[in-house]
Amino acid sequence: MSDIYISRGKFPEIIGQLMARYRVYAPVLKGEYHEFAKIEKTEEADLGYQNTRLSPKGLFHPHAERMFEYSLVKDDPQAGILKEAPKDFSPRVVLGIRPCDAKAFQLDDVNFDTTAYQDPWWVRRRQTTTLIGLACNEPCGTCFCTSLGTGPFDTAGLDVLLVDTGEGYTAQVLTQKGKDVVGITSGWESVSRTVSEKMEGLRKSAEDSLGRQFDFDPIKQKDMLELFNASFWDEVQFACINCGTCTFLCPTCWCFDIQDEVWGDKGDRIRLWDSCMFPLFTFHGSGHNPRSQKLQRVRQRFMHKLKYYPDKYHNGAACVGCGRCVKFCPVNIDIREVVRRMSATCVCPA
Amino acid sequence: MNNPYLPYPVRIDSVVTETEDRNLKTFKLVFLNPEDEQKFKYNPGQFAELSIAGLGEIPIGIATSPTEKGFIKFTVNKVGKVTNHLHNMKEGDIMGVRGPLGNWYPWDALEGKNVVIIGGGFAFTTLRSSIVYMLDPANRSRFGDITVVYGARSPGLLLYKDELAAWEQRKDINMHITVDGTDDPNWKYNVGFVPAVTKQKAPSAENSYAIICGPPIMIKFTLPVLTELGFPPERIISSLEMRMKCGIGICGRCNIGSEYVCKDGPVFTLEQLSKLPNEY
Repeated sequence: MSDIYISRGKFPEIIGQLMARYRVYAPVLKGEYHEFAKIEKTEEADLGYQNTRLSPKGLFHPHAERMFEYSLVKDDPQAGILKEAPKDFSPRVVLGIRPCDAKAFQLDDVNFDTTAYQDPWWVRRRQTTTLIGLACNEPCGTCFCTSLGTGPFDTAGLDVLLVDTGEGYTAQVLTQKGKDVVGITSGWESVSRTVSEKMEGLRKSAEDSLGRQFDFDPIKQKDMLELFNASFWDEVQFACINCGTCTFLCPTCWCFDIQDEVWGDKGDRIRLWDSCMFPLFTFHGSGHNPRSQKLQRVRQRFMHKLKYYPDKYHNGAACVGCGRCVKFCPVNIDIREVVRRMSATCVCPA
Repeated sequence: MNNPYLPYPVRIDSVVTETEDRNLKTFKLVFLNPEDEQKFKYNPGQFAELSIAGLGEIPIGIATSPTEKGFIKFTVNKVGKVTNHLHNMKEGDIMGVRGPLGNWYPWDALEGKNVVIIGGGFAFTTLRSSIVYMLDPANRSRFGDITVVYGARSPGLLLYKDELAAWEQRKDINMHITVDGTDDPNWKYNVGFVPAVTKQKAPSAENSYAIICGPPIMIKFTLPVLTELGFPPERIISSLEMRMKCGIGICGRCNIGSEYVCKDGPVFTLEQLSKLPNEY
């Protein structure tokens, strides 16, 4: 299917057509920042955004999710037996997601959807969701997607890619799901040569603005223990306050906790985002803690993204260069600097 | 889609207090739905998540052998919220079990080999499973000599005392039970720490594997003894503990380097561990 085009003025009609058939999630301005939320009116979707502060991982892996529910009523024969909590898996469109964040879902898939075990909620949401991406014409100063194999116009994780060409949007349909979604909309026209050239120009200037900020490949070759025992971790961890902002915002930080909550004689088993930055994360019942030191926890986060994950899944780094952790770290720890240290080869004098 | 987070409902069939400090109890569990028992096919060395509605889940080694049918057993140390509650539960109460989880002792590789089992304290549960499994008439001929060194601080802290006494009587297993110390004049077994007793009994490393589970201090001092006896790192097997939640390699907390203890472990050879960060 060749690319199609719609003028800016007609685009709200497309959103309306989607809303008639799907639950539509889009970037919505809430306070100072955008976040992905279900829209009720077409004008709520704000595609003029740069990126959301919080990654859209919550669309598939909610911050807090009810897994099971149960009765604790005495004499109830079903008391204490867990039942699946009802959830809405009706078809859904995520509109305006950035290519890096869509790519992140693919990196997370290898964790949630394995040959041995499938996380049923992640997998079903992935199956029933269509991702309509929006290319980045103006990446942020903290972005480094092109250094990790993705990019501002990357189509890898998307079903449809939109490009904002100023007077309208072009759409590149990438998958069958994308075809189905675009198929229910109308008003598109073919892409004119001028628009096509403009789109190419936008892509080139966006990619050029990012450049290649580091070379990740040397880390793959290095020995896990050599990196683990490197002395630079002491400097990397020095300023860290273990606040967990990085893991909270990161699109590829999926770690979660499972807890039971009881309300009177009813209970829920819920899962909640957790963070390797917190000492309790690994605290044994015996009192022993394999990562009791801050250095160990900071090292764990970077080693997981940049060494453990690549070694385990041969799927590149568990990082898409969205730059959220760089932008929002209160003590300016910069993962790009950590990658440079991890990939540096020391040439010692003979 | 099968939901790997959903526990099978089970009924507590019996509760036995194992140790004189009353901190360890063995729970015998029976599946409410017979088809769940069919699905719960396990190997010695695996673990399961015990689930109590309203409190949570705990990862515990399976103490029974797959050769024992109709029930599963777990020996649980009283440590935190879930285990304290479990210790107060009684026969007939309903709870949940999720599993079997993790890998197991390498039974294919152990076939035709002598097996040396070294255990300390309450880390004897999956070792009990392994011994019962190997001693089963259908399996005994698959293995060579079986030697067991099992120690606790005092006689009252040993697990499965009746079974230990019964194994002592058998000709097809070499039992070396030991305690750190005792004032019991009738104590007829060894006195001494596990590393020292292992050194003294000196099981041959020839055509042998060693499986070692116990407190870190015991492991630390027994490993050099095994090395001295000639056991290479790829024939020393251990099972690790780690804080866990999902038990299926998804929630992300129990990793040692690139490996998840819950899914890629808990059983590792010393050789495998030597290539991973020392963070456990």
